[in-house]
Amino acid sequence: MDIFLQQIINGLTLGSVYAIVALGYTMVYGIIQLINFAHGELVMLGAMVAFSVIGALAGTSLPPVLIVLAGVLAAVPACMLVGFAMERIAYRPLRNAPRLAPLITAIGISIILQHVALLVWSRSPLAFPQIIPLVRYYIGGAIITGVQIAIILTSVLMMAALTLLVYRTKLGIAMRATSQNPQVAGLMGIDINRVISFTFIVGAGLAAVAGVMVGTYYGIAHYSMGSLLGMKAFSAAVLGGIGNLAGAMLGGILLGIVEALGAGYIGDLTNNVFGSNYQDVFAFIVLIAVLVFRPSGLLGERVGDRA
Amino acid sequence: MQRTQLSLAVLAAVAAFTLAGCGEEKKPAPVVAAPPAAPAPVVVKLGHVGPLTGGIAHLGKDNENGARLAVDEANAKGLKLGGKSVKLELLTEDDQADPKVGTTVAQKLVDAKVAGVVGHLNSGVTIPASSIYKQAGIPMISGSATNPQLTEQGFNNVFRVVGRDDQQGPAIASYLQSEVKPKTVAVIDDATAYGEGLANEVEKTLKAAGVKVLPREKGSDKTADFKAILTKIKGKKPDAVFYGGMDATGGPLLKQGRELGIKAVFAFGDGACTDKMKELAGDAAEGLLCSQAGLPVQAANKQFLDAYKAKFKIDPILYAPFTYDAANLLIEAMKKADSADPAKYLPELAKSSYDGASGHIEFDAKGDRKDAEMTIFTMKGGKIEPIAIIKGGKTTKFEDFIKAAAPAAPAAPAAEAPKAAAEPAKPAEPAKK
Repeated sequence: MDIFLQQIINGLTLGSVYAIVALGYTMVYGIIQLINFAHGELVMLGAMVAFSVIGALAGTSLPPVLIVLAGVLAAVPACMLVGFAMERIAYRPLRNAPRLAPLITAIGISIILQHVALLVWSRSPLAFPQIIPLVRYYIGGAIITGVQIAIILTSVLMMAALTLLVYRTKLGIAMRATSQNPQVAGLMGIDINRVISFTFIVGAGLAAVAGVMVGTYYGIAHYSMGSLLGMKAFSAAVLGGIGNLAGAMLGGILLGIVEALGAGYIGDLTNNVFGSNYQDVFAFIVLIAVLVFRPSGLLGERVGDRA
Repeated sequence: MQRTQLSLAVLAAVAAFTLAGCGEEKKPAPVVAAPPAAPAPVVVKLGHVGPLTGGIAHLGKDNENGARLAVDEANAKGLKLGGKSVKLELLTEDDQADPKVGTTVAQKLVDAKVAGVVGHLNSGVTIPASSIYKQAGIPMISGSATNPQLTEQGFNNVFRVVGRDDQQGPAIASYLQSEVKPKTVAVIDDATAYGEGLANEVEKTLKAAGVKVLPREKGSDKTADFKAILTKIKGKKPDAVFYGGMDATGGPLLKQGRELGIKAVFAFGDGACTDKMKELAGDAAEGLLCSQAGLPVQAANKQFLDAYKAKFKIDPILYAPFTYDAANLLIEAMKKADSADPAKYLPELAKSSYDGASGHIEFDAKGDRKDAEMTIFTMKGGKIEPIAIIKGGKTTKFEDFIKAAAPAAPAAPAAEAPKAAAEPAKPAEPAKK
C-alpha cells in the first residue's frame, strides 16, 4: 500500500508540472487556435536560465529559498520576453495564413530555441547545486519531500491566480472575448494584438516557473528536456479538453498519475512482457484514446474541428 | 557528438599544429644525450595521436607525455637495429577527439612513413583510424580505447593495453557479489548499446553466482524521472542497484533513489564513474561503487611515476602509463626483430611478453591485453577513489595492489582519481566554481 501511495505522490508532483505547462498550450490554443509546439522549449529555457542564476548564487550565504526565488525572478522575465518575441516575430505575420503554416513555424521555433540553448549552455547537463536540504515527511509509509510539497503548492497557487485573472479581471474578460470571436471583440474596442501578446507572455511565465520546478525536482537541466515534457503537457491539455483552463489542470494531474502508476505496475501486470521503459508511452496512449473516444476532451465543450 | 564548424576545425588544427611544434622544440633538448655514433644515425619515426585541443586535451597531452618518455629513454640508452644505430623520433598529431580529424591525421602519419603508432585516445576515433593503419600495415597500440569493437574488426595490426568495456560488467558484478553480498539486485539500464550491454554482463555474472536479479527496468539516455521505477524497486527491497548508463542520467537516478529512502548500494559502470556524479547527485553520491577499465595512474610502477615527474614536472593524469608501455612494446618488438620494418616486427609484437609500468603485458589473438585489470572506485568526500583492482576474476584491495606492485611505494595520497574514461568524452564544462 505504501508503494501505491508513493506512486500517487510521484504522479501528483509530476502532474502538477504537466498541468502548469498544459495551461500554456491551452491558453494559446483557446485564443488563436494555434498549438504552440515551442512551448516546451520555454520550459527548458526557464530551467536553464534559473540554473545559471542559482549556480552563480549557490556559493553565497543567501538562504536557499531566496536563491531559488532569484532564479525564478530571472527565468520568468527571460521566458516572457522570448514568448512575446515568438508571437510578434513568428506567429503574428501568419495569423491569417492557412492553419498549417503557423503549426510548422511552431515546430521550427522549437528547433531553433533548442539549438540556441545548445550553443549557450553546451551539451552537458546543468546540475542543480546542492543547496536545498532534503526534508522528508512520512505519510502512511510513503515519503514526500519538501521540494515535492513546494511544487504541488506552487502549482495550485498559480492555477488559482490564473483563474482569478481570467474570470475576475478586465483583461480576463478581453481574453475570453477574443477567444470567442476576435473580429467582434475588436469591434468592441479590445486591442486584440495586445491581448494575444499578453496571453503568450502569461503562458511563457507559467512555463518558466514549471521549468524551475521540474529542474529543482530532478536536479538536472538539459537543452533537450523541453520537447518530451512539452509533448506530454500537450497530451494533458488535449485530455482535459484543449482550450479549457480547468481541463488543462485536470488533464495534467491525471496524466502524471497515469504515468507513475503505469510505469510502476505495468511490469507486474503483464508479467514483465512490458517494462517501465514504456513509461513515456502512456501519455501518448492517453492522447490517442482521447482523440478516438472523446475528441473534445474530458471537459472540452467545443469539438476540435479547428486543430 | 560533433558541433565543430569547418572554420573552427581549421583554426584549431592550425593552433594545435603550432602548439605541438612548440612542445617539440623544448622537450628533446635537455634530455637527449644519445652517444653520438660515428655515422649519422638512422631515424625511425613513431607516431602518437590524441586530442591536444578541446575538452579532454589534458588527457591527450598526458598520453603523449607517456609515449615521449618511452622514446626519449630508448634514445638515451641507444638503440641498434640491423647493425646501425637508430634514433627514434616521435611525431605527434592532434585528432581533437573527432573521428573525422582522426582519420585525416592517421593518413598524415602513414604518409610520413611512421613505423608504428601509439593511440588514439578515444574509442570512437581509434576505430575508424585503425583501418587506415591496417591498409598501410602499420602496427598501432591504443593505451586508452576500451570499446570492444576496436579489436573485433579482425585487424592483425591493432592492439590495446587497457581492458575492454565488456570485461567491466563481470568485474563490477563480481565485486558486488563478493563484497556487498547481496541477496537481491535490481538492474536498470538506459536502453543504449552501452548501457544495456553493460547491464546484461552484470546480470549474467550475478545470476551465475546465484544472486537473485529483479526483472530489468529501463529508462532512456534522456530520462530525468526515475521515481516511478525506483518506487517499484523499493517495494522489492533489493540489497544493491546496478545502473548501466551515463552520469547525466545516473546522477538523478541516485539522488531520487536516496530521496525515496532506498538504502541499497548503488553501482555504476564507467559512464557514471566520474566526479560529476557528486555534482548531479549531491550528498547522495557518497558511497556509490563504480568500475573503470584499466588501472588508476597511481597504481603504475614507481620507476615510471618518478621518471615522468622528473621529466615533465607534473604527475601523470590517467593513461600515461599505458601509452608509455605501448611505445615501449613497439620498441621492444623492433629490437627483437632487429628491424623497424612493420612487416618484420609485427609478429614479434603479437608475441610480446613484457613487464611495463602498468604490469605484465601479453596479447591474445585479437590484440587485447590478457588479464587486463579493472578498477573499482567509490565516492568518498566528493571524489571517486580507487578501492579495489580486479584481475582475472580475483579481487585485490587497492592498497595491497599498490604494495605488491612496488614494495617501496609510499601510500599514494589523494592522487587524482581518473575522470571519465576514454569513451564518454567529457564535454567542456561551462565555467563554474
